[in-house]
Amino acid sequence: MQTLNFLKPNRDNIKNYSITGSLLILVSLIDVISNAFFKINLTSFLPGSLTTLFPLIIGLIGLNMMRIDYSGNKTLDLLNKNINTNNFNALLTLLILFSIIKALPQSLSWMILDATISGDSKDACTGTGACWTYIKVWFRRFMYGMYPNEFHWRINTAFILVIALGFVGYFMKENLKKYLALYYVIIYPVIAYLVIYYLISGGSFGLQWVETGAWGGLSLTFIVSFFCLIFCFPLGMIFALGRRSNLPAIKYISICYIEFWRGVPLITVLFMSSVMFPMFLPEDFFMDKLVRVIIAITLFEAAYCAEVIRGGLQSLPRGQYDAAKSLGMGYWKMHIFVILPQALKLVIPGIANTFLALVKDTPLIFVVGLAELAGMLALAKTNPKWLGFAMEGYIFASIIFWIICYAMSKYSYNLEAKYKTER
Amino acid sequence: MNTIIKKFIPQILAILIVILIFGFLTLNAQTNMDNRGIDFGFGFLSQESSFDVQFSLIEYSGSDSYARAFLVGLLNTLLVSFISIIICTILGVIIGVARLSSNYLIKNSAAWYVEFFRNIPLLLQIFFWYYAALRALPMPEKANAWFGVTYMTVKGYYIPAMVWENLNVFLYCGLAAIISIFVLRNYAIKLRDTEGKQIPVFLYSVALLIVLPLLSFLFGGVSLEFEIPELKKLSKISYIYEGGISLPPELIALVLALSLYTSTFVAECVRAGIEGVSKGQKEAAASVGLTPNQVLKLVIMPQALRIIIPPTTNQYLNLTKNSSLAAAIAYPDLVLVFAGTALMQTGKAIEIVSITMLTYLTISLTIAAIMNWYNKKIEIKEK
Repeated sequence: MQTLNFLKPNRDNIKNYSITGSLLILVSLIDVISNAFFKINLTSFLPGSLTTLFPLIIGLIGLNMMRIDYSGNKTLDLLNKNINTNNFNALLTLLILFSIIKALPQSLSWMILDATISGDSKDACTGTGACWTYIKVWFRRFMYGMYPNEFHWRINTAFILVIALGFVGYFMKENLKKYLALYYVIIYPVIAYLVIYYLISGGSFGLQWVETGAWGGLSLTFIVSFFCLIFCFPLGMIFALGRRSNLPAIKYISICYIEFWRGVPLITVLFMSSVMFPMFLPEDFFMDKLVRVIIAITLFEAAYCAEVIRGGLQSLPRGQYDAAKSLGMGYWKMHIFVILPQALKLVIPGIANTFLALVKDTPLIFVVGLAELAGMLALAKTNPKWLGFAMEGYIFASIIFWIICYAMSKYSYNLEAKYKTER
Repeated sequence: MNTIIKKFIPQILAILIVILIFGFLTLNAQTNMDNRGIDFGFGFLSQESSFDVQFSLIEYSGSDSYARAFLVGLLNTLLVSFISIIICTILGVIIGVARLSSNYLIKNSAAWYVEFFRNIPLLLQIFFWYYAALRALPMPEKANAWFGVTYMTVKGYYIPAMVWENLNVFLYCGLAAIISIFVLRNYAIKLRDTEGKQIPVFLYSVALLIVLPLLSFLFGGVSLEFEIPELKKLSKISYIYEGGISLPPELIALVLALSLYTSTFVAECVRAGIEGVSKGQKEAAASVGLTPNQVLKLVIMPQALRIIIPPTTNQYLNLTKNSSLAAAIAYPDLVLVFAGTALMQTGKAIEIVSITMLTYLTISLTIAAIMNWYNKKIEIKEK
């Protein structure tokens, strides 16, 4: 019994247990750290696989000793509650800590310590680490594609203008606020289109014409996702209302549309827009590849948008419809003033997810030969002067996309919290 | 009168618009094809395809027909989806449960895992695995054995192949085991309803599933041998493994990317499902005297699964559709083989793209129909 009591920590000898326990954990951590950072194996005297398991066993014993209920010590209680509730949890805690420590030195030295960023050719990269020089040299290509260097200001100006116009809604006067939806659904897309067309494409006002084949890089990702975003939402709304309609013809047309686009992969839709769609156009009618792609993605994402909005419409209680009708409102009045404002509020997270999926889908336009970021990476990768830096390129692109998508998802959480109305 | 106009005019207009659009497109297609001398038809499907496919599950060579090439592509798509679905389910359940853990480190690692893999476009992930990570693997002659008999090399993953004798006897035994499990389950339910007795169905099922196929080895004349891959020198510097099965790097990259990406969504579904079962259910079950195991099995899981399964199936569908990204790294799936190579050779854009789309559409709609039926069946029927 005595020995068992000795193994079971309790409040009476809390000091001894917590100190021995933390010492043991310290030993295990030191062992792992020295192993990972300095390549010194402190426990080489132990036989076989015991060397690798040593820190784990010692750490487990240490954590077991520290596990005292209601010890009275705030830090200890916090630790026990969060990472050390039972042996299994303690084991997982240790495994996670050790794997982080093990992975840290390698990734650190590859990404930062041994990496090169100076110079402007491949010869600068002699170290064992990453070659960020590659990113530096190709940066403009990754951002603007094959767009001529001296005209990059045109893309920047166009983007700044479009973003500024997007914020106009915030500063509208109270009496103009009722035209907000009209502005965003009709006026804004038209102005944005004109800005992008005249500034980036050029061809008039003394600006040189740059064909869409030269567009590329991250700016193309933004252009494509921007246009698809603003067009797919109203279209989706129409089809969502159509699917909920009482009129059978309209209902079934909407259902067919939605189910068709939701059932096929985007890549086949893009194939269709590039190889099959020209066959369906009048002979002397030419439509730019970029426009075709934007139309294809818009039609595709509108179906997903429609389903999300339909979810919102369905979750509204029947009473809302009845109340609106009893006030003598017609179909359109009822939807514009009563149903849609409530339903759209409900579907903010879903819509944000759809938009997120849209942004993540834009790299796919690479398969029809438009070189946005992923496409530019594929081009740069095969450049004979810069062979062998695929890893750096993809990590760079992943970081950029991750930041964009993470920011979008966090923003949608904020919106959701802002518009949440208790019912 | 007024209501009739209100009802019919929009419908007629909508139908007219649809007919006009389709008519316009078909008319254009007709004239375009006449001008270019292309004729519409599916006769090409029986012609000789005369192209080769890198990796296929069934016998296929260039002398086979386009229809067979289509089948090869479809099977490859289904293969990659199937493997990825299994891996992403396992990963997703683990991560989803880990997100609900009381351990601060586990909870946050799981959350970061989800945030990390969910917010990077799938195409980039596929490229990363294929062009960056898998290219860093050793050449065949320098590869170390994993688990003693498998080799992960830059040319693919080599695993032992199973050589069966009397495979069908083994399969029949497996089938018999499954059927007897169903019978046992029904019997157990009947026993529970009439006499209130519980029998450990799960343990019996596992035992049946192991014992019956094992018996086939003893009495059915079934035998299993492994063909282990061996290093072979092709020329002075080029080596290759022979024997066994080789999984091409395209397949590995695709499976890795698809399952890691989709597992984040599955994890969110699992988390939402478990969180969706209200605490009162658990407490009520415990207060009527069920053991913790019974609470989990009889009360929590049935309710959680009802929330988890529909969105998860949706994710599986997404995964199957996303597997078409295979075309970007030249894994011979349906899109690459059929909408890529076959289209290039025959020039039958309309026929081939529509067949490809219809195939995906059929898969999606079938699964959606099954899911709708299932949802109706498991719906909680409120009185």
